[in-house]
Amino acid sequence: MVVRRKSISTLLALIVASALALRAAPQSAAPSGAAPAQTLQQPAQQAVQQAAAPRNALAVVVLDPAHGGADQGARGSSNITESDIVLSFARLLRISLEAQGLRVILTRQANEGPSFDDRSKIVNAQRGAIFITLHVSSTGPVGTVRVYSLPQPAAPAMTLASNPAHPGLVRWDHAQQNFLDLSRKLAELIQIQMAQRFRGSPEIPLAAAVRQLRTVAAPAVAIEVSSVSVPDRAPLDQMAPVLAEGVARAVAAFRLVYEAGVK
Amino acid sequence: MSRALKTTIVILAVLVVLGLITLPSLRRALQRISGSSRTEEQARREVMQIPISTPTDVKVNAQMYWLSETSPTSLEATSIELPLSADPVERSKQLLLALIANPPAPERRTLPPDATLLAFYIQPDGTAIADFSDALQQETPSGILSEQMVVDSIAQTLGANVNAIRQLKILIHGQEAEILAGHLDLSGLFPVPSAAQAATPASQAPTTPTTTDTGQTKSGGSAPTSPVPAKKVPN
Repeated sequence: MVVRRKSISTLLALIVASALALRAAPQSAAPSGAAPAQTLQQPAQQAVQQAAAPRNALAVVVLDPAHGGADQGARGSSNITESDIVLSFARLLRISLEAQGLRVILTRQANEGPSFDDRSKIVNAQRGAIFITLHVSSTGPVGTVRVYSLPQPAAPAMTLASNPAHPGLVRWDHAQQNFLDLSRKLAELIQIQMAQRFRGSPEIPLAAAVRQLRTVAAPAVAIEVSSVSVPDRAPLDQMAPVLAEGVARAVAAFRLVYEAGVK
Repeated sequence: MSRALKTTIVILAVLVVLGLITLPSLRRALQRISGSSRTEEQARREVMQIPISTPTDVKVNAQMYWLSETSPTSLEATSIELPLSADPVERSKQLLLALIANPPAPERRTLPPDATLLAFYIQPDGTAIADFSDALQQETPSGILSEQMVVDSIAQTLGANVNAIRQLKILIHGQEAEILAGHLDLSGLFPVPSAAQAATPASQAPTTPTTTDTGQTKSGGSAPTSPVPAKKVPN
């Protein structure tokens, strides 16, 4: 009985502390993405605690080579699989980003298949992080690159994302809502670099309801390269270093925006 | 010339003649085999997707959104003559059947040919619920781009031809699906643009759907459509 009371008190103290911590943070902190919001994990509805870090510093890039494991993603006629290609993209991109002094975390290191939520957990546990999920499409003009962020809702983001039962905590399945502006900015910066490097790529990023982005409580974008329909993987391999250099440049530019707290 | 050589030449000649005789029938058999898959697909559609006709059908020029002839990354409105019902539900079904079955060219197709529309409803608030067979999920090419084209072509075709629809929910075999073909989130509602909005180029950036704090979307934006979190639709 005593143990049970103690656990209830601990839980209540945690909730109160979390709410107080969030209220103490500047109002603009969560929407601008400078400090990641606390989130509720959907299955257990538990509060997610995040590591402490300087509020305005962009320190971590979480790279997500999409798919993996049994899910190979898009497959070309010549056995080219999206899961393989994006893993090699991520490894190369990691080197370019680490050269800027950023810490880079990959959501998978080999042919593993973490769930959407597992990948989100990795980035949501970081402070001062951005998230980039890498894809290769089945369609689209070969050699082009499109960058996506989630679309903006018309309703105030906090209304949509907040949890009425626990004010100050963010619903896990709407975790991205507070970061839409910064995600869009990051997408713009990357898309500009891609348009300069890959002819036929759009100059403006697109908005799409990419499932992986929805549960990420940090600036988050999806990059999709066209496509697995090439006869062999050489053209995609040739794109990899150019893509890595372009994304790294865009992240460097975004770092200034992020650290200045500009929406 | 030795006797053995003569025999060999005769046997070879006989084989060549036999080959020439059987060649046309072999060719016919091959054509039959290659054509059989299309026939099966047509037969399945004939059973599953019986053309809908209602007493209020009137032939109209329907605006259908398939892939653009010139740019495979965007949609293009194509006007085709279709008998369409005055009833919004029947009209929507007729449009979606045509969207699957009647693309002007295979390369302009947005929905997989094997996809079938299992059910279609419109709720009083303008939410359309389109329930497709598993083929929509299994046969849509994997990729953000191709999956977005599927949703956009459905939403824009409905928006351009049916006034009663404001938003769209896509179910797969009667169930809410998390994703379409690996990427696109199907858990939310997709805004359906009005006829005027649907006429704008698909490559333009989307306007935002209106969302209440309960996740219900009230009015649509222009293409491309993107979903917003929604209440779970009762099955």
